[in-house]
Amino acid sequence: MFGRLTLQAFKHDLIEYLAGISMIVAAVIIISLIMYHRRWKWLWKEWLTSLDHKKIGTMYVILSVIMLFKGLIDALMMRAQQALAVGDSMGYLTASHFQQIFTAHGVTMIFFVAMGLIFGLINLVLPLQIGARDVAFPFLNSLSFWLFAAGGMLILVSLVIGVFAGTGWSSYPPLAGLKYNPGVGVDYWLWSVQISGVGSLLSGINFLVTILKMRCPGMTLMKMPVFVWAVLVTMILVIFAFPVLTADVAMLTTDRLLDTRLFTSEFGGNPMMYINLFWAWGHPEVYILVLPAFGIYSEVVPVFSQKRLFGYATMVWALIAITFLSFIVWLHHFFTMGAGPNVNAFFGIMTMIIAVPTGVKVFNWLFTMFRGRVIFETPMLWFLAFIATFTIGGMTGVLMSIPGIDFQVHNSLFLIAHFHSTIIGGVVFGFFAGYYYWFPKFTGFKLNERLGRYAFWCWFIGFLFAFLPLYFLGLMGATRRLNHISVPEWHPPLILAGIGAFLIACGVVFQCLQLFLSIKERKENREPTGDPWNGRTLEWSTTSPPPFYNFAVIPEVHERDAFWAMKQSKAPKQKPHYEKFHMPKNSGLGVYIGALSFILAFGAIWYMYWLAIASALGIIACIIIRLYEKHTDYYVSVEEIEKIEGMKQKA
Amino acid sequence: MKKGLRITLITLIILGIITLSLFYLSTHNIAVLNPKGMIALRQKQLIIFATLLMLIVVIPVFIITLFFIWRYKASNIKAKYTPDSAHNYIAECFWWGIPFIIIIILGIVTYTSSHELNPFKPIDTGKKSMVIQVVALEWKWLFIYPEENIATINFIQFPEHTPLDFEITADAPMNSFWIPQLGGQIYAMPAMRSKLHLIAHESGDYRGSSAQLSGLGFAGMSFIAKASSQADFDRWVQSVKQSGKSLTLEEYDRLVAPSEHVKPAFYVLKEKDLFDQIIIKYITPYKE
Amino acid sequence: MKDPTSHESYPDPHHDTYSNTVFGFWVYLLTDFMLFGALFATYAVLKNNTFGGPPAKDLFHLPFVFIETLILLLCSFFSGLGGASAHRKKKNRTIILFGLTFLAGVVFMVMEFHDFNRLIDSGNSWQRSGFLSAYFTLVGTHSLHVILGLLWIIVILLPVFWSGLTPVNIKRLSCLRIFWQFLNVVWVFIFSIVYLMGVN
Repeated sequence: MFGRLTLQAFKHDLIEYLAGISMIVAAVIIISLIMYHRRWKWLWKEWLTSLDHKKIGTMYVILSVIMLFKGLIDALMMRAQQALAVGDSMGYLTASHFQQIFTAHGVTMIFFVAMGLIFGLINLVLPLQIGARDVAFPFLNSLSFWLFAAGGMLILVSLVIGVFAGTGWSSYPPLAGLKYNPGVGVDYWLWSVQISGVGSLLSGINFLVTILKMRCPGMTLMKMPVFVWAVLVTMILVIFAFPVLTADVAMLTTDRLLDTRLFTSEFGGNPMMYINLFWAWGHPEVYILVLPAFGIYSEVVPVFSQKRLFGYATMVWALIAITFLSFIVWLHHFFTMGAGPNVNAFFGIMTMIIAVPTGVKVFNWLFTMFRGRVIFETPMLWFLAFIATFTIGGMTGVLMSIPGIDFQVHNSLFLIAHFHSTIIGGVVFGFFAGYYYWFPKFTGFKLNERLGRYAFWCWFIGFLFAFLPLYFLGLMGATRRLNHISVPEWHPPLILAGIGAFLIACGVVFQCLQLFLSIKERKENREPTGDPWNGRTLEWSTTSPPPFYNFAVIPEVHERDAFWAMKQSKAPKQKPHYEKFHMPKNSGLGVYIGALSFILAFGAIWYMYWLAIASALGIIACIIIRLYEKHTDYYVSVEEIEKIEGMKQKA
Repeated sequence: MKKGLRITLITLIILGIITLSLFYLSTHNIAVLNPKGMIALRQKQLIIFATLLMLIVVIPVFIITLFFIWRYKASNIKAKYTPDSAHNYIAECFWWGIPFIIIIILGIVTYTSSHELNPFKPIDTGKKSMVIQVVALEWKWLFIYPEENIATINFIQFPEHTPLDFEITADAPMNSFWIPQLGGQIYAMPAMRSKLHLIAHESGDYRGSSAQLSGLGFAGMSFIAKASSQADFDRWVQSVKQSGKSLTLEEYDRLVAPSEHVKPAFYVLKEKDLFDQIIIKYITPYKE
Repeated sequence: MKDPTSHESYPDPHHDTYSNTVFGFWVYLLTDFMLFGALFATYAVLKNNTFGGPPAKDLFHLPFVFIETLILLLCSFFSGLGGASAHRKKKNRTIILFGLTFLAGVVFMVMEFHDFNRLIDSGNSWQRSGFLSAYFTLVGTHSLHVILGLLWIIVILLPVFWSGLTPVNIKRLSCLRIFWQFLNVVWVFIFSIVYLMGVN
């Protein structure tokens, strides 16, 4: 009845106990606080079951930040282990634990932090920027979030019940197959990736249809903000890439559950096929992460340079070129698998071509600053840090795209430094720029600028200390994923890297302090105009925060930087004419399907097949219930609109 | 802090980092940049060439960024302010054109070097090459010398200036065979036969390792690749033959079992086509 | 296709959900196509890895598969007619046509199960080789889609029976029709690449 779940699954070493217990204690504290303030109903009604894209986006960001803490703690533990386990010392972590940590670090950061932060920000901003009231499929939006949450929960639960995979975040067979890893670890990996992947795919469809079908009148494609263009091409990447991951992960799952021989080294399987499919998804994935960040920079730089974005059309074409190219470069992740010089050369050349449109974008951003009046508030600081770090990352990327060079640095710390440079420099700094920029829009008050600067410098200097030494270490022959260092010469740079990781943690502490302080001082920092930065795009035309329906009257636009144009136009403001409109009702089914997905996964992992099948049936039942629901939305009456808009004018 | 002072400080920090890096590079054994063989040497030349080429773009980016920060900050009202200008076709020609040319050059270099550095391509120096068969195990390396009839664990010795034909497989999860000072790596995969061709032009002890996670003992999979004179090599082979244990199929089965941080061991090869047998084992159907 | 649910007096995009939903469904089918693409690629790589077992031409019974193909074609045909009837608001005809789709689909699934069983009983289950694993994964995924399509027919016909052809039901029947045609297209690829090319 309990499959292979026994009490043994709860046995861990001391550090794992501490980690699991602190996680449970944190959860208990949060739940108790909610119960003490009797806010369950409010939480359920206002947040968990909401189909409002702004609420869903906020939940994505909050959950991703929680996962960011976990990922950072993983990083700190890894750096500590590599700083301590040199020569005769074996450090404080067992090999098994260390391998779970770096696997969880990768999965958490990519799937549950980067994807979550970016998709959260897209949720918040996209409908407002195109003058829409919500996304195309609000229920699917909620469902996507709860699938994301279910995937994240699986990783957290693996800390307490059982183990997580120790195969690296890419989980290659045959190591990840039944022969070498028969335990539950890889199964946790498979299900958490699979479930959150389905959520991402649904979001991809959702956002694509939203952009193509729900732009306000007059907003043709070439009048959209560049951020929207970035989201559009990103969703095209999602739609083409994620199904490949779904298939790949499903096939490794059948290998492990049903004894298929797809990726085994015996019986005529081919592990190299897994690797090909994984990276056919994996490469578009990193562009899925970074292109929205590029979009964020395209919003921030013009506003803070007080100047129009340089070369709009080029920016759009560069995005399209990068999107197309990113589908034909995946082999560069395994040049060393022996594909032969012509194949390797082809993929290498395709990879380096991407540097051209990317470089063009960098120059366009810089030349937006040219002859502008640049205000160096925190969002702009993050942009500048991006230029520094991403350029290094891009340069080392082109270096590694040459197969001959890659043979020497593949799977070394040089590679680790490269992708952290691009992901942290591009995606994380981009998110932070967007976070500071759009925070006032959704809360009504600005973030404390001074603490923002402290956080920025800690992150930037910390990044340099944490990752520049890794470039050297890679060239010194240090491979990745080592739980023990046998070359004493590598010790000093690893200590430096540990200091850097610590500095980054300080940066995060400052960001938390900033949030608390800003909330505490929100009345002093209140931003009543809705347009604190003298913005250019439509979201700044609403109040801060916007009403739940975003726009009482759908705006009509005539040019790019629509809001800027509205502000410049001297036409007198007409009294708006309100008509009633539909808004979606809340629904708990997203939560239920997410929860059932979690239980399905848990049952499959522990071989409790009755539980898995029951959950699957439950999911189908929930879908049918949703299909049969007659009243999924409601009309907002003209009186209610007038009341809310009237309150806005008074404020 | 005043803006000008801040810019100066940042520039000094960056220059300081670069200086420290160069100092560090010159005083430490950076394996990839300290090649001891033709392949690794060519790879280092590629790295330097490609880096310099890209610095043609990267350094101007940094300079422009710093200059723009200084000149176009909002408080500098002396600078020209053109809020609606969004095009500059001459500038765009430069930053489309120059990277494009650089990529074309790098593309050609990529094509030629991919062929030159093809791991499967034998090294042709006129001297007869030596075959060493490599089997990645959990969690050590087994080296088989089919011509000398010896086998070793976690240690290889070979004469300098001799082309080495490595044939590589695994009886373990995927690994990657890497000796940074001699050249780049290639995957060691069960049921497959990879090839790598290296050569050492100087005697010395070079560190090798596995560069692909293969399980709990992965970090201990380092080995010594020792290049010596031909005479020293012949002496070494003789000593292994005389004092070594026998590598029979039974002994091999014992070796296949997982073990970590294995000290170098030396064998006389009793099972002649052991390497082929290991591969065939994976691709032969057996009756259940 | 003219949108039967548009109302000129409601420019509100949320009310005009027909075109958004159908477009979104096409996008979903694109993702499903990519999923099958990955499975086809895997099959192509593994199709010769019989690991000592019988080759494809000894395992596939082409006439049987041909009949399956015709039956699935019928499914597609009936569902196409059913979709058209739904747009013309012909409730009984719609129910009958989708009911026929359901019956044909059930026959297809019975034949598929029979075929799978034949292979498994003769010692050629997916556990035998990479080739058979890839075969079962690809064709099995298609069968799974068919089963879900059958379930979907039941789930959607019940409201049609009770409440008639409301705009929401018509919208969903349109998606269902497209889905059955998609399943047919995928099967044509399977028939060509797996069976026809396997036997030659």
